Amino acid sequence: MRKTLLESFTHGPLTEPPPKPDKAGLAELAKAVDRAARARLGRSLSIREVDAGSCNGCELEIHALSNAFYDLERFGLRFVASPRHADVLMVTGPVTKNMREALLRTYNATPDPKWVIAVGACAVDGGIFAGSYAVEGGVKDVLPVDLTIRGCPPNPKALLAGLLALLEKTA
Amino acid sequence: MALLDTIAHRETAKQHRPWPRAIVTEEGWRQAIDLLASGRCTLLGLWGDAPAVHMALLAETFDDIAVVSYTCKGGKYPSVAARHPPAIRLERAIRDLFGLEATDAPDTRGWLDLGFWSVRHPLGKRGNARKAAPYAFLPAEGEGLHQIPVGPVHAGIIEPGHFRFTANGEHVVRLEQRLGYVHKGIESLMAFASLGQAAKLAARTCGDSTVAYALAFAQAVEAALQINPPKRAVHLRALMAELERLANHFGDIGAICNDASFAMMHAQCGILRERCLRAADFCFGHRLMMDVIVPGGVLDDIAPKGAARLKDLLAELRGIFPQLIELYDNTASLQDRTVTTGILRAELARQYGAGGYVGRASGRGFDARRAPGYAPYRDLRFEVPVLDAGDVNARVWIRIREVEQSLSLIEQILHSLPAGALKTAVKGNGEICEGIGLAEAFRGEVMAWVRLDDDGGVARCHLRDASWFQWPLLEAAIEGNIVADFPLCNKSFNCSYSGHDL
Repeated sequence: MRKTLLESFTHGPLTEPPPKPDKAGLAELAKAVDRAARARLGRSLSIREVDAGSCNGCELEIHALSNAFYDLERFGLRFVASPRHADVLMVTGPVTKNMREALLRTYNATPDPKWVIAVGACAVDGGIFAGSYAVEGGVKDVLPVDLTIRGCPPNPKALLAGLLALLEKTA
Repeated sequence: MALLDTIAHRETAKQHRPWPRAIVTEEGWRQAIDLLASGRCTLLGLWGDAPAVHMALLAETFDDIAVVSYTCKGGKYPSVAARHPPAIRLERAIRDLFGLEATDAPDTRGWLDLGFWSVRHPLGKRGNARKAAPYAFLPAEGEGLHQIPVGPVHAGIIEPGHFRFTANGEHVVRLEQRLGYVHKGIESLMAFASLGQAAKLAARTCGDSTVAYALAFAQAVEAALQINPPKRAVHLRALMAELERLANHFGDIGAICNDASFAMMHAQCGILRERCLRAADFCFGHRLMMDVIVPGGVLDDIAPKGAARLKDLLAELRGIFPQLIELYDNTASLQDRTVTTGILRAELARQYGAGGYVGRASGRGFDARRAPGYAPYRDLRFEVPVLDAGDVNARVWIRIREVEQSLSLIEQILHSLPAGALKTAVKGNGEICEGIGLAEAFRGEVMAWVRLDDDGGVARCHLRDASWFQWPLLEAAIEGNIVADFPLCNKSFNCSYSGHDL
């Protein structure tokens, strides 16, 4: 078991890139499958939250998304414990120099396709902490960012609106 | 007898308020260490101010504070940690930030500088950056021991830090924390910032306690400049502080139960937390009430219908919360997880000066609102609950009791809210002056120390979270418990990463 565990540190995610779809079959199936899948499974994204240096304010509001008022899971959105299970990384904070490597490793452990959301004023460009010897900058200075949700911290409604926009784009 | 009477000192700083700061020689420094080591004083803070180090002491009776300052010789000062372990991490941080060395320090490993910064000793004599090197965790020896590394990225939506468990099967033999991942260089950004900018930085040191941080910072500045905020502002500040306490306690009581897989409490407490935040947003325009408290007073008044909204909130909370307490107390499977789990011994809580529910669940009744005390709490009735069991259950019960106290405090404040101005003008007094503020956040006291230059800008600011002295106690409390109970113990402490890492 130990060997298996150790190996998992060195190889990338096992999840493979998808094969190229069969064009002829695709056109035929697309409509039917799409309709059936949406109706039965809904749309869904698994989110891994990464605090890359935040003051914890953004985390509090991201937490609130799971309370009864916002009930994130009704939209097919859920938080997962491992980047290996994630489609989306929600990254908060100015990226500190001390967290840069951990953030990169988390990103690399997330299988494609994946999206990165920069959450909060600090995640945009380092915010109030920009320019410090201990801060790398915003999330975009370390990872490709697909969506930015502003605010200090963004309230749960703003967070939800951003996530729903991403759902529209990815679905 | 004042604290400083027992410490030899050459002089006291002329502009240091509200408590004195003494310039000491090695003799006085060692006398201060004696007071700590013999338990006659509690370490309230230890921070660098190159070329000096400052140490804040709290009297046994909690009503007197003194700061002693030692000017390093050749960048060295006699180690406090050598005789008083609570100072260990503070000395390690001082070395990383200032390059000042504690002679005979028991632990010389780095603490905040993990080897990724662009400079070495950013607040002292700057040098070339240190390179990241393997960290030597403390040893644990014995048959059948294995290590479990956790973090810095954790499984939940929480702050980053590293935990190194050494376990024998399920039983934790040793936990060692490695922190510093969210170090943002706040004290460096504070230096030479305007008061407004510095207040914003203070408010973003630890988001869950943004009100308490803004308050401690404002208190320190107001003490330094000898200004009194208007009465209405003082009451509004306390109103916000109690709302913040309520929201955090609700969130954490639910989260602790959730870590014992009791999801219903989590869901119900989550609703109460959200109701508090919505009321805060309605009253003060921000769910966490960020940037409302500033040196001199508050920026905005409570919304016109705010008092009525808060009264409705109180009524709702008072209707629901007792049912949740009953649920907590009568669910045997939950009690099985929290009772006798993660016991923090009273001697350790006392030695480390554990603040907040961590201290109060282990017999240490310190609450900065009570003693040394600050306005308006002197005019309000409240109890400081104290228990002796020191387990997860006791920490939950302290929070339950504090919720009840905060509900009463909010009611009293609304009842006695004075009319009048919101802010006193704040400007430099033409001299360099220093001040200390101590505000009770939900997890314990926040200490702020500032030195202002003659035009009122910040020359140096040090913020010390209660977590500095609580984190090491978590290492002690988990010993002998099972790994699966760590989340419970951890959440019952709920130490801050950002407030600690700065």
